[in-house]
Amino acid sequence: MTSIPVIAQTVSNQAARSEQRRRGSGRRPGWLTYTILTIILLISIYPLYYTFLLASSDQITIAQNPIPSLIPGPNFTDNVGKVFSNENVNLPLALRNSIIISVVTSVSVVFFATLAGYAFSKLRFRGRRGLLIFIIATMAVPTQLGIVPLFIIATKFGWQGELIAVIVPGLVTAFGVFWMTQYLDAALPMELIEAARVDGCSMIRTFWAVALPAARPAATMLALFTFIGSWTNYLWPSIVLGSQNPTLPIAVQLIQTSLSKDYSLIMTGVLLTTVPLILLFFVAGRQLVSGIMQGAVKG
Amino acid sequence: MTTVGSGSEVSTGHGWFYRTFRSAPARARWGRIDVKASPYLYVAPFFILFAVVGLFPLLYTGYLALHYWDILPTSPQQGDFVGTQNFLTELGQPKFWIALRNTFSIFLLSSVPQIMAATFIAAVLNANLRAKTFWRMSVLLPYVVAPVAVSLIFGKMFADRYGFFNAILEGIGLSPIAWHVEPLASHIAIASMVNFRWTGYNTLILLAAMQAINKDLYEAAIIDGAGRWRQFRSVTLPMIRPTMIFVIITSTIGGLQIFDEAVMFDSSRAGSSGGASGQFLTMTMYLRDLGWSGSVRNGFGRASAVAWMLFLLILVIGAINFLLTRTIASAGPKITREQRRTSRAAAKQAKQKVLRQQQSFRRNQLKGRDKQDASEGGQR
Repeated sequence: MTSIPVIAQTVSNQAARSEQRRRGSGRRPGWLTYTILTIILLISIYPLYYTFLLASSDQITIAQNPIPSLIPGPNFTDNVGKVFSNENVNLPLALRNSIIISVVTSVSVVFFATLAGYAFSKLRFRGRRGLLIFIIATMAVPTQLGIVPLFIIATKFGWQGELIAVIVPGLVTAFGVFWMTQYLDAALPMELIEAARVDGCSMIRTFWAVALPAARPAATMLALFTFIGSWTNYLWPSIVLGSQNPTLPIAVQLIQTSLSKDYSLIMTGVLLTTVPLILLFFVAGRQLVSGIMQGAVKG
Repeated sequence: MTTVGSGSEVSTGHGWFYRTFRSAPARARWGRIDVKASPYLYVAPFFILFAVVGLFPLLYTGYLALHYWDILPTSPQQGDFVGTQNFLTELGQPKFWIALRNTFSIFLLSSVPQIMAATFIAAVLNANLRAKTFWRMSVLLPYVVAPVAVSLIFGKMFADRYGFFNAILEGIGLSPIAWHVEPLASHIAIASMVNFRWTGYNTLILLAAMQAINKDLYEAAIIDGAGRWRQFRSVTLPMIRPTMIFVIITSTIGGLQIFDEAVMFDSSRAGSSGGASGQFLTMTMYLRDLGWSGSVRNGFGRASAVAWMLFLLILVIGAINFLLTRTIASAGPKITREQRRTSRAAAKQAKQKVLRQQQSFRRNQLKGRDKQDASEGGQR
């Protein structure tokens, strides 16, 4: 901060002020910034609010008002009841399936990614560098393009229509391993591991007692991203599970086909499948934001 | 590992279990194995899984692409080697080219405006705001909405009749647009879904890069008389370039595989048809139609050929993007290759000079000490 008087002497006042702003001290940005941000906020929220407006309305009102009134209609609870009891959509089953798949993959990805990340960042072994580079390279491979053989494999195992066909391919991800390697490399001091080893811990005990607790902040974020990824995944589940054993995104598609043009019910269904993640967002949005920003700086 | 049962080394009266696992030498041996083998055990789950669900399917796709293959092995031709036939068949399909055109069009309409908007919003957010986290969360909110849900919501807003956007257009005296019929209009609608969901995410990545920029650079730019725009162009943009490349590459990989948004945009019928004349049929939709619609003979073989061509396309576009982004957004006056070479040579010389100075400095330091100290210093 000592440079500020010097600058003030050499350049104009205005430049000095904007320099202060850059430093994150002194002046706050003006109303224009907040106006722009408010517009962006409205663009973010309006489609979701629009969904709620339609979901609380009825077919005739929607047809008459392409731009819905900002006050919600009275039919929301009725519509929720109708969608939940629709047998073609089978929303309760879809909800259960989505929860199982997302929870299992999140826990598994976090565990295996932390294990591998710990090995890559803190243990010495032959081929460590090469293997890590290989993992980073695989992140660029669009695995989605392997769905034909994946489907053949799943059919061979008799997994067609079973949740396990969706769970197994997502048990550990290259992104997860890379992410945990980066984090543990910076966050876990070698001294802690050495201390545990000197105290007679086996390798796995060291991991369990030292590395896993230290990895918790990054593990939380990784779990969140994996959860959202599994929850919103559509292509592969729609192929291998089909409509008999749906996840929520498949249910959304069933809602579209079976609720025949009644947009109040369609939007109710869309809203019901989206609400769980929005609740998660309100609880953990802060972690998501800092997760993306941390990943960006390191990646 | 349990072969050590001779008992000649230890005669303590304990059983083989003690000798193999609990005695001091056995524990030391197990400790060594533990240290040596554990790292491989820890990284193994990823590699085993990737081999089964990532690498093998990709290679096997290449195998299938050269063979006749159906979802159900009813045809006697199943498994026949057909060479490049599947590729040639696909290259001769009008639908293939339509899907390719649509994918490109949607990709460009989603990635270019998206990255520009994300850079702009990140620059706005990169200020000393009140309630920082609130504004950052507000741009990220759309990210948690599933693409299929986004598609239904926007599909209704972009409805040809009684749609939200057409109502606005008519309200300001313009004629409504057939969002589901016109190819370009449908691409814009689908691209806007992608943009809705991903702009905030990329904004935060770029914002993080902007915050990592050394503030002294702005100070120097201000002393040189740079205004806000000039600072953005000559300091911010060049400094976030690596992150920009990352964002562009990831959006290429994702954008060319676009499926969810487009497949749900067709409200008229189930299954992925991509509109009456395939006006928003994408490559991945086409791939799924070939493989799973049940009406295409040799569906898996042809779908695999499409998958491989899409894979190559992603690699090529990714590489082009990489090369392009390396050259654009570079700071100030263009630097020629010649200039770069001379400046690199100068930098090399300077570096060597510093190294030489360091070495001579160290040598001088060591001179005063005795031999033992000197050799230790050398080891360091």
